[in-house]
Amino acid sequence: MISRLAAVGAWGIDNLRDIGKAGILFYRVLISPPNIRKGFPLVMQQIYVEGVLSLLIIVVSSLFIGMVLALQGYHTLAKFGASQELGPLVALSVARELGPVVTAILFAGRAGSAVTAEIALMKATEQLSSMEMMAVDPLRRVISPRFWGGFISMPLLTMIFNATAIYGAYLVGVKWLGLDAGVFWSNMQSSVEFQADIINGIWKSVVFGMAVTLIAVVQGYSAEPTSAGIATATTRSVVYSSLAVLGLDFVLTAMMIGSW
Amino acid sequence: MLSQRFIESLVGLFLIFALIALSVLAFKVSGLTSLFPSASYDVTANFDEIGGLKVRAPVKIGGVQIGEVSKIMLDPVTFKAVVTLHIEKQYNDIPDDSSVTILTAGLLGDNYVAVTPMYSKTALKSGSQILYTNSAMVLEKLIGQLIYKIGNGSGDKSSDKHQGSE
Repeated sequence: MISRLAAVGAWGIDNLRDIGKAGILFYRVLISPPNIRKGFPLVMQQIYVEGVLSLLIIVVSSLFIGMVLALQGYHTLAKFGASQELGPLVALSVARELGPVVTAILFAGRAGSAVTAEIALMKATEQLSSMEMMAVDPLRRVISPRFWGGFISMPLLTMIFNATAIYGAYLVGVKWLGLDAGVFWSNMQSSVEFQADIINGIWKSVVFGMAVTLIAVVQGYSAEPTSAGIATATTRSVVYSSLAVLGLDFVLTAMMIGSW
Repeated sequence: MLSQRFIESLVGLFLIFALIALSVLAFKVSGLTSLFPSASYDVTANFDEIGGLKVRAPVKIGGVQIGEVSKIMLDPVTFKAVVTLHIEKQYNDIPDDSSVTILTAGLLGDNYVAVTPMYSKTALKSGSQILYTNSAMVLEKLIGQLIYKIGNGSGDKSSDKHQGSE
């Protein structure tokens, strides 16, 4: 009985310690941004790897999400004779919710897992400790650029996601289902507000970007240096970041709903 | 590994692409125009009842939008709603004895403010108050009045019944 209790306690302490480690790592990443001259190219490379290379999956999936949303929305709205409200429906749901959340989840799968696997493998093959041997701070050289790269890429990807999804909805709604283009855009413009809808959506994506890249980096950095450890860390990175994104989304929406 | 220069130009392209997407979102999707606000002036009007009027609701003359509602406040003394109308500068010769009405677009649509111009020679200017106002029609009140009238028409019977049941 006592040993069971002790096991629960140990489990709790372990988890708290992990969270504490993550917090310390986050703090150290924040206070040691890669220095301007040497670190800038490293951050650039990471924006390329995490952002530019994720562009394909983001653009394709957003186009199809927009198209499917328009198709589904049209058939439901047409029942109430409100099919001219398709533009607001798609634009609001994409800008407020789908854009930031789906981008973050795709980003966690595409870039977050890669970052985790890369850092974990560096750790397993002792590249990180050999960097320390050479008096190169692995935090500055490896962790920090990956964090900042993901953090910068995420809002940019969300903007592209939003625009492409709305274009996909335009293709289906106007070009295929034959809504009037003027009505589509003007109804959209009259109900979407730049500050309350689009900027708040981008704020969400900033928070998600921070959460996803932080989880990816922490999981990689604290992975067990074995091949099984790398596998677990990669899985955890994707699972934890998806859960964190959905949870944070609820909290952020509850905070922002006042301004709608 | 690609050369640093190539990577940097790709990242630059990515950035430009994202900014284009943002400006599309701003101007095409949300119809942002207040980045360069057009010259305008404010007039106020006091209403007994504004119904569901909201800030940014359109102000129209004859169905043409000339401005928007910029602020809604309650007068703490008279308990009237003070609505500030933000009218574009190009419409600067609206007579100052015009009346304003709160109307509803369609049966269940949003409220807007309609200005009906009159014949005064002096025009509205910044800070002036519109005196002739018509309150919003509240559907519940109308239905209430209708029921009241129907009730009066057959009033005796229903009151008899009421008393009978007691």
